[in-house]
Amino acid sequence: MNDKTDKTGAGPVDFGFETRAIHAGARPDPTTGARSTPIYQTTSYVFDSADHAADLFNLQTFGFIYSRLTNPTVSVLEERVANLEGGRGAVAASSGHAAQFLAFFTLLEPGDEIVASRNLYGGSITQLGLSFKKLGWTCHFVDPRDPENFRKALTPKTKAIFIEVLANPGGIVVDIEPVAKIAAGAGIPLIVDNTMATPYLCRPFEWGADLIVHSTTKFLSGHGNSMGGALIESGRFDWAKNDKFPSMTKPEPAYHGLTFYETFGDFGFTMKARAVALRDFGPCMAPLNAFMTITGIETLHVRMDRHVQNAQAVAEFLEKHKAVSWVSYAGLKSSPYHALAKKYLPKGPGSVFTFGLKGGFDAGVKLVESVELFSHLANIGDTRSLVIHPASTTHRQLSPEQQVAAGAGPDVVRVSIGLESADDLIRDLDRALSA
Amino acid sequence: MNDAPELHYDDADIRHILKTVRTVAMVGASPNWVRPSNFAMKYLQGKGFKVIPVNPGSAGKEILGAMTYASLADIPGTFDMVDIFRSSDAAGPIVDEAIRLKDEKGIKVIWMQLGVRNDAAAAKAEAAGMTVVMNRCPKIEYGRLFGELSWSGINSGVISSKRQKG
Repeated sequence: MNDKTDKTGAGPVDFGFETRAIHAGARPDPTTGARSTPIYQTTSYVFDSADHAADLFNLQTFGFIYSRLTNPTVSVLEERVANLEGGRGAVAASSGHAAQFLAFFTLLEPGDEIVASRNLYGGSITQLGLSFKKLGWTCHFVDPRDPENFRKALTPKTKAIFIEVLANPGGIVVDIEPVAKIAAGAGIPLIVDNTMATPYLCRPFEWGADLIVHSTTKFLSGHGNSMGGALIESGRFDWAKNDKFPSMTKPEPAYHGLTFYETFGDFGFTMKARAVALRDFGPCMAPLNAFMTITGIETLHVRMDRHVQNAQAVAEFLEKHKAVSWVSYAGLKSSPYHALAKKYLPKGPGSVFTFGLKGGFDAGVKLVESVELFSHLANIGDTRSLVIHPASTTHRQLSPEQQVAAGAGPDVVRVSIGLESADDLIRDLDRALSA
Repeated sequence: MNDAPELHYDDADIRHILKTVRTVAMVGASPNWVRPSNFAMKYLQGKGFKVIPVNPGSAGKEILGAMTYASLADIPGTFDMVDIFRSSDAAGPIVDEAIRLKDEKGIKVIWMQLGVRNDAAAAKAEAAGMTVVMNRCPKIEYGRLFGELSWSGINSGVISSKRQKG
């Protein structure tokens, strides 16, 4: 899959992932020569003339108007993420949830449906299953372990399939290739949330995904200091092959009759998501957060290797611990997802995983209150190791049945293994488990 | 958008075309300002290209301040490139005409727009000594190679530690 030419017409791609993680999208500042990407902390940009302003507002030329739409710091991040995923273009958002909203708003009309894996970040289950209902969108959740379940849930109104390839809260790997074939057969895009894996560990476009969303807050930014999201387009989905996507193929009333797919071709979805969804709902990324995330991505490959190495060590320790009933980490040979992880995540299945405590709910609460080095909080993908008891926090809004189905039952503890010394992490958990 | 093998053009070749071509005959240029051809024409004009619209339906009228002609043969004077905003099939006869007029008009480049591809016509034009680009948009390629497309979060594929020059 490591072919040397991209599919976008951008020409030969001669640079490795590590080089692109540092350089893609970020040339020295043309005016000053500044080598690090400047933080363009500005809301707006002067026009050359009234005609130039009109061209910009009409999307007839490329340029900056207002930082709700585009900002020179944010656009560096957008191009970098698009490049690392092997995509055509990207639009950044204020959070991963905002990026998902931009994707679905651009795809769906009232009355449309989504088929989603039931193994998702709890917040996504709430967003897709409950909040989207108020917009007239219905989401059907299916067990992703059998890809055929996605096909069975399709209706003529289904406009997208949504999965996390490496699923939160942990340990589950979805067999993306057959799911992508089902989506393609139905003429609808497969959207993959690649937050848990990052493009360093998994590149969903190479397995047939059409759109990717990220919470850049997690491993991409990597240091637990900057909220953000991104929506990336592969550039390979043919929006005109059926009549399911009028928002791409019919004149857009919110843009003086412009037809986005015809005008912008293989990056029409990115343009539409920005020019309509981001413009009209406004969840733009702050320039400082983009700068922090750009800086984070420059070490993504180095960090992810160590995240995986530490996660493997901690998972192997927990698997042997007497207080632990099970460990769900796809890097373990005991995991039913070990083979899928080898296929889709050859450099390792991330560093977020769950384990079960023999002592159930109370033992979970006790553990998160007894750790010293692990931070008890609701996030993943930090340099610091994090721990949470999903049933009492992130997955609290779900019913007990939904909690179990999502891998967040009462005995479950989720960890996000950071970059500290693995021995120190193991000692902290061992002490807390014996407390 | 095509089932035929992917087309690949070196960035250096595209850059050379966009830096040396000054006058473009745009076949299928539309007077309707929300049409893609009108977008591309206006953008190229803004970058210093002289664009001559070719459209029988608008012949004798101006599009974006430029006189429109019914055919390539009707254009007075020379032009460096023919940019085809028509269907892939319609591109065939247009390329034939361009080959006939090549020496008289000084045509060096045939460019077929995004979604337009006619391999047989391209082979004939190349045999006649012309450079051919298919299934690309000069506006998008200009924006990509000279940095502006990146402002919209599009992957330019360009990696460089040299300061961007205008």
